[in-house]
Amino acid sequence: MTSTHKQPNYIGVFWWLLALTILEVGAIFLPIARLLIGILLVGMAMSKAALVAMYFMHLKFERRTMGWIAITPLVLCVLLVFALLPDLSATPHRSTARPQAPVAPH
Amino acid sequence: MSQVGALHAAVDPVESPLTPESWGKLGMWIFLAGDAMSFGALLAGYGALRYGSADWPLPSSVLGVGLTAFMTFLLICSSVTMVLALAAIQRGDQQGLRRFLSLTVLGGLLFLGLQAYEWTHLIHEGLTLTGNPFGAVLFGTTFFIITGFHGAHVTGGVIYLSCYLVQALRKRLDRGSANAIEIAALYWHFVDLVWILVFTFVYLL
Repeated sequence: MTSTHKQPNYIGVFWWLLALTILEVGAIFLPIARLLIGILLVGMAMSKAALVAMYFMHLKFERRTMGWIAITPLVLCVLLVFALLPDLSATPHRSTARPQAPVAPH
Repeated sequence: MSQVGALHAAVDPVESPLTPESWGKLGMWIFLAGDAMSFGALLAGYGALRYGSADWPLPSSVLGVGLTAFMTFLLICSSVTMVLALAAIQRGDQQGLRRFLSLTVLGGLLFLGLQAYEWTHLIHEGLTLTGNPFGAVLFGTTFFIITGFHGAHVTGGVIYLSCYLVQALRKRLDRGSANAIEIAALYWHFVDLVWILVFTFVYLL
């Protein structure tokens, strides 16, 4: 951040973060599909992370190069999730051992 | 002067596309990008393990969401006090720096205390690194590794900021120290940002 830019409204950002946190906790009790709750939660978490990065970390007022540095891990993490997709398509397993079916004698 | 040296001398540092004012800040951003990859890999691994498990418990039914929501609130408050500490030193307000930096360190210590309380409570309920009565074994393993890795970052941040607090109390910081405080603040906000994601992915989803 340069000291030349106008200081953001930090308290305003705080209220937004607080409101989103309360909404997140409330969202897990909504009587809707888990998938929809998941999308809502991820959306709100990303919004909160963006508010912290843009205003508290002053990314909004930095040169674009800093933004590229900040966004790189996010891009790599998305690629990582795609790389893990073959594993995600495997059959879900239980961690506790279940009794095996008896093997028929030959 | 060598040809390379002559070329470098011809580049005005102010015109550098990387950083207009602080190489330290650039260094911190690069460090944070690397650190973000560590957390990203942990969370992606968590997602893969959870999706591949048929008996993963619903975290919100096992973990204390109310307590961790309060811990999130604490870290958000400490981020606000951190930006206010930075704003104070940029104005040359040393008393403001001391007050807000103290509150930031206090917020970090309270967070760590609550995390220790949460861990103790969960361990008494049987949640450990190697097993738990709630379902998948890896539920406990991933929980302790991710929250522990974040807790280690908070501990590092508290030590980092405490060093500046001691200097501030000795009146060794002035307006010229604003850049160093801003670099420390970047680290602290990053810890807050990561917790926001950990709270959502590990506790709420």
